Amino acid sequence: MHPQPATAPGNAPLFETINVSKAFGVFKALSDISFRVSDGEFVSIVGPNGAGKTTLVNVVTGLLRPTAGEVRFQGRDIAGIGPVELARLGMSRAFQLVNIFPALTVRETLCVAIASRLRRVSNPFRSLKRDGVLQADAERIAEVLDLRAKLDSMASTLSQGEKKLLDIASAFALNPTVILLDEPTSGVSTGDKHAIMEVLVTAARAAGVRAIVQVEHDMDLVERYSHRIVALQAGCVLGDMPPEAFFADPAMIAAVVGTRPRS
Amino acid sequence: MSQSSVDIASPVTVRRTLRVNGLWVLLALVAVMALLPLVASRYALLLMLPFVGYGIALLGFNLLFGTTGLLSFGHALFLGVGAYTVAALTSKFGILSFEIILIAAALLSAVVSLVIGLLCVRYTRIFFGMLTLAFGMLFHSFLFKFYAITGGDQGMRVLRPLLLGMEWRGGKTAFLTGPFYYYALILFALLGLAMWRMTESPFGLHLRAIRENAGKAAYVGVEIFRMRLAAFVISAVYGGIGGTILAVTTGLADPELAYWTHSGNLVFMAVLGGSGTFAGPAIGALVFVVLQDCVMAVTQYWRFVMGSVLVLLVIFMPQGLAGTIGYLVARRDGEG
Repeated sequence: MHPQPATAPGNAPLFETINVSKAFGVFKALSDISFRVSDGEFVSIVGPNGAGKTTLVNVVTGLLRPTAGEVRFQGRDIAGIGPVELARLGMSRAFQLVNIFPALTVRETLCVAIASRLRRVSNPFRSLKRDGVLQADAERIAEVLDLRAKLDSMASTLSQGEKKLLDIASAFALNPTVILLDEPTSGVSTGDKHAIMEVLVTAARAAGVRAIVQVEHDMDLVERYSHRIVALQAGCVLGDMPPEAFFADPAMIAAVVGTRPRS
Repeated sequence: MSQSSVDIASPVTVRRTLRVNGLWVLLALVAVMALLPLVASRYALLLMLPFVGYGIALLGFNLLFGTTGLLSFGHALFLGVGAYTVAALTSKFGILSFEIILIAAALLSAVVSLVIGLLCVRYTRIFFGMLTLAFGMLFHSFLFKFYAITGGDQGMRVLRPLLLGMEWRGGKTAFLTGPFYYYALILFALLGLAMWRMTESPFGLHLRAIRENAGKAAYVGVEIFRMRLAAFVISAVYGGIGGTILAVTTGLADPELAYWTHSGNLVFMAVLGGSGTFAGPAIGALVFVVLQDCVMAVTQYWRFVMGSVLVLLVIFMPQGLAGTIGYLVARRDGEG
């Protein structure tokens, strides 16, 4: 049941992993992972601790090069291309742990990403404050992500939930085609989780994000927002199915999250 | 005193306790110095010239340290490049135009720093510090041992340059405290203005993002390596120009200019003034030059005194003079 999908799913493959494996020495973190994300989809990657979820995100975002297999984004092999090139191609990432620039304001944090996207850094004498396009864009993104009132606050002074939003906002500031969220609501109170997800999905719609991939432990969030769930266990794909099928399969739920009481 | 540990390899950033435009502080300092010849002795004016030289070098040094978060322990190398450029051009090649000398010093510093930077800026923290220290020592050895080229421990003479193509027929002191003093001051102001523009640009913002969190910066499209390299080269150009001012002032390019303890002095000045502020390092240079002169006049154990100042500073005022003043003023305003 997902009454508020991020965007309407289509059929075009936007991004896929083909038989991706990743080993750290003798330890095989990922084995033969293949999954596709189509235009308009919200895909959740779930699995118990140690299933390889974060390794998969790190491989997909170019931080780690896969031992074998391909990662394709809009038809192009992006395995190991690195975060900067990835951002340029239109894939951005928000992190599991709060990941901010502590001594930069919210406005400056957003401007870092916008300046990258608009290629404003080649002239070191260009004014940041007088760049109307850049400033307006920062204000627009802050508005969408509910950070407008905090624009000139130092990132280190924000609440935990606001820091999470700021991390997500800076990912949105790149105007990404695909956004990867590694536990976007971890470390945030249960009450704030839904608020953050609502803001995030609304922002994605407004920003024209074509697909969202998230790693998430909270099954309520997974059930509410996903079009498809990719379940991992011990580095392998255990299942790839719509949420209705996933939550109707007690064995699958037990393997991924243990027993789950249904309301 | 703060209970939290202080990492001297990370610049102490003033958390915007006081929003004072650093450019105005620097320009006010330059304005006061412009009026100084009306009241100060020639000796005091001669003392101000090393300050201007160090002040320019520190504007660059702090782009690397305070803004980008890379602490170089070999930055005196670029003072040496600047000093030996002016020495070689004036005494060996007969080029006396100071404008050409400045351009040559800037270009040479840029080329040298590009080569060193390509090897160093992949590393951070202590590894970057040690590599820059090593290059500084290599350069010092070159200056010291290649007697035929550099004059070894004797150094190289620096002839009086032509300023804007004009020759000064008066004495050396009159030249230094007159036209050269104002020339250096205007150069300081212009380079300060340029550095302010750089720190307040999207380019400067990317450097600050690298200092704050390089891992995240990469994910929002910041080209870490290129940006660090650019900061290193720009800081070296400022160092080279600062070195030419120092060399003209003393009339000598000396290998000691590039010695590692001199690099340590630059770090001292930046920490003394406050690397988290724009004008702090320049203020640190002023206080250092004046303090060193005063202490040397009183005791031969001046290094002991300067060392004690550094110890007290790091323990009690890790934000430096400018940072501490900013903090105190902000606290007073907060209470008021």
